[in-house]
Amino acid sequence: MKKFFKRFYLALILVFLYVPIVVLIIQSFNAGKSRAKWEGFSFRWYAELFADASIMNALQVTVSIALLAMVISTILGTLAAIGIYSMKKRPQAMMMTLTNLPNTMPDIVTGISLMLLFIFTKVDRGYVTMLLAHITFDTPYVILSVMPKLKQMNKHCYEAALDLGATPTYALTHVIIPECKQGIITGAMLAFTLSLDDFTISYFTTSPLVQNLSTLIYSKARIGIEPTLNALSALMFVALLILLLIVNRRTADNSRKA
Amino acid sequence: MKKLLCILVTLVLMLPVCASAQEVVNVFNWEDYIDESVLIQFEQETGIHVNYMRFTTNEDMIVQVEANPGAFDVCFPSDYIVERMLSKDMLAEIDYDKVPNAQYILENLRSPDYDPNNVHSLPYMWGTVGILYNTTMVEEPVNSWGILWDSKYKSNVFMLDSFRDSMGVTLKYLGHSMNTRDIIALESCKDKLIEQKKNGIVKAYQVDETKDKMVAGEAALAVMWSGDAQYAIDLNPDLAYSIPSEGSNIWIDAMVIPRNAQNMDNALKFIDFLCRPDIAQKNCEAIWYSSPNSGAIELMGEEYTENPVMNPTDEEVARCEFFHDIDETFMPVYTALWQEVKNAK
Amino acid sequence: MRVDMSLPWWAWALMGVGLALFAAMVVLSVRRNHGVKRSLFAAPYSLWMILFTIVPVILIAYYAFTDASGAFTLDNFRHFFDSNYSKNQLYASLGPEAAAFITRGTVNVDTLVYSLWMAFLCTGICLLMGYPAALFMADRHMKLGPSLVVLFIIPMWMNFLLRTIAWMSLLEDQGLINQFLRWLGFDGVQLMYNSGAVLLGMVYNYLPFMVFPIYTVLSKQDPKLGEAAQDLGCNEIRTFTRVTLPLSLPGVISGITMVFMPSVTTFFIPRMLGGGNSMMFGDLIESKFLTEGSWNVGSALSLIMMLLILLSLSILRKADPNGEGGGMV
Repeated sequence: MKKFFKRFYLALILVFLYVPIVVLIIQSFNAGKSRAKWEGFSFRWYAELFADASIMNALQVTVSIALLAMVISTILGTLAAIGIYSMKKRPQAMMMTLTNLPNTMPDIVTGISLMLLFIFTKVDRGYVTMLLAHITFDTPYVILSVMPKLKQMNKHCYEAALDLGATPTYALTHVIIPECKQGIITGAMLAFTLSLDDFTISYFTTSPLVQNLSTLIYSKARIGIEPTLNALSALMFVALLILLLIVNRRTADNSRKA
Repeated sequence: MKKLLCILVTLVLMLPVCASAQEVVNVFNWEDYIDESVLIQFEQETGIHVNYMRFTTNEDMIVQVEANPGAFDVCFPSDYIVERMLSKDMLAEIDYDKVPNAQYILENLRSPDYDPNNVHSLPYMWGTVGILYNTTMVEEPVNSWGILWDSKYKSNVFMLDSFRDSMGVTLKYLGHSMNTRDIIALESCKDKLIEQKKNGIVKAYQVDETKDKMVAGEAALAVMWSGDAQYAIDLNPDLAYSIPSEGSNIWIDAMVIPRNAQNMDNALKFIDFLCRPDIAQKNCEAIWYSSPNSGAIELMGEEYTENPVMNPTDEEVARCEFFHDIDETFMPVYTALWQEVKNAK
Repeated sequence: MRVDMSLPWWAWALMGVGLALFAAMVVLSVRRNHGVKRSLFAAPYSLWMILFTIVPVILIAYYAFTDASGAFTLDNFRHFFDSNYSKNQLYASLGPEAAAFITRGTVNVDTLVYSLWMAFLCTGICLLMGYPAALFMADRHMKLGPSLVVLFIIPMWMNFLLRTIAWMSLLEDQGLINQFLRWLGFDGVQLMYNSGAVLLGMVYNYLPFMVFPIYTVLSKQDPKLGEAAQDLGCNEIRTFTRVTLPLSLPGVISGITMVFMPSVTTFFIPRMLGGGNSMMFGDLIESKFLTEGSWNVGSALSLIMMLLILLSLSILRKADPNGEGGGMV
């Protein structure tokens, strides 16, 4: 009975989380434009989606910025985490406060402060500024996911490697980095998702010319919802689901082998 | 894993291809305010790439243009914003030798108050502000702004989230000019709007969302621009449009070139292209505002000239009024009053 | 895709100098210590943070304390306490008739209070809904754990604007819920365009941020602790209030932080679901910058909000001095 109640509660929460998404996916197959009336099944909006240059362009901007920001912030953040970890206590605490600062700043303030920076230095806002902003908010998350792995690492491993004749560089690439690989991957994934989903900061750091999906949806949402956007989100949802299943299958395989 | 990473990195590096030396024109227009196929046609005919950007309100637009100097080559401000841009010396003169199609612009629109002789601007579209209403929900005739205060329509009215328009129609209802600087009139206008909100008559303050919601039957009445109204009427024949007897706003949206535009010649070519009768016709038929283009009107024939929304009568036009710009010293009055309205609970 | 990658020349120069400096430092330290000094690895990041986090915050402060001409002023903060500040000054100069209308404008303070109240409600609801969910997920007897976590994460991958818009089609007067009600023979209800709808949108978007940190902490808890308590005579409720709950506090605190902060500053949700009927503080700041173009007042408002949030966070941190909260990671 108790078990049933718990399952029922979790199911309710999941229904709450998924209802809008299901509605969205169903609507993407609606032949008409109306949100409320069902006018028959059709792939019309999917066809229009691929024909819509502004959406395709925004998709490219979103994905390329997310990938670039992920790569750069992962490198920057991993290096920084290793650096901070080997600092003395005082500077280490200082750096961690600095790293936590963007997390404690509301998105809108981060966005506006960067906008002011670009306007003040007369840098035209656009693709590059949006990328810089994304790297800025991604990097702390990479550090925060690599740091715990470094702390878990056995300190003596590194020293042992040195004693056994490894150069510090060799020890770094063959001991430290493999040890916190899991943290680096988590950080990279986190950076990618954060940047994929960001709206507020992108909104303030780009010009109307360079739009990512979020800012495009925002401007489109104000004129009434285009069902093409429903089609797009349905596709993204399915793509992510498949990706997730593949990753799950792979990790399951790996653990079976091990 | 490594292979995957390599592929990812190469993909990433390939994606953002730098802008080539191709000719471009940066156009900054209202949301939903053009037939987008026209842009493709322009590219095909001239080889000039159109970077097309959109804005929601005049105020948003001018802030962007000021914050990003040189980013825009052609903008579409309304009359009173042209006035402001001129007073801030933000606009370039139009070289009419390069805009031969300007000859099609109607004579009576060629020398507006805000820009005598159209030195810096050319009309793109014009229209009025009125009430769009659903005849299945509103039985009485709609001929006064007062209906927006009628408690019968509780939670059934969409107002515009644009202070010049919402305050303007209220001022008209109270018998003042839309451009008044009389403090007592403005304060009573605020009180009237707050009363409307507190009585629960307003359902939402919004801009572009309204037309689709009116089509869906979400509200009985909405303050609306004529073209959006016509768009909605086309999709839902139950809807009708009326310009109240107290008078309303008549406006012109113009095409201008900011002084610091980087592609001046392309901007002129683009404006000339939009003035070409067949193109002006396409745009007019896509967005349903009134066209200032005699050539396009001729092409559209009766479908246009017989339409009451797009062709307000002389009598209707006579009771309408253009906006004039509010200068910076007086602006805080408007913004503060409007914020109080938005904040009222 | 056409993308303009151009930056001003000095930005490239700055980057070049920065990279060269970093390389020189690495080379130097390699020579001296026969190896790279590892704390140097943090140098590019420190530089980055100074440039893109600290300098921008200083800029906000600069704009908040200056007027349009760049002279020092406190007027922007007076604006916060009296939103009619400029208007009143003008009225005062227009003679007694106008001066009669001078009143203190409470828009900014009201909006802030309203935003804090909404954020407080949202956080409370998320906690009430999310804690049991996290608790049941972490329950080892249920054997649900990781796969459920994934189910909670997936919705977050959908663009949050689209998810919010999807709610619109459910809540509208002609929306699905009302259609269903009418089909059942009831009258329609107005579900949208009010604070309740905004709250719903906020809870919907931020609930996972509450569930994850609590789940992370709970799932790391040693199940033997609970068993021991029961062996020692605690009933289930007492075990929960005395053992499980106190030990999960770090997760709760981190969840509260992660829900409260974005909900104070959200500006998309109230606009879409609330129909612009009531502004939140995020709306206000956005309109100051992008509609009115008054950056100085906007900066002052941002600064006030930032300080408020830092203050409330530091109070929360007191309750969790070790920062053990699970967080997203």
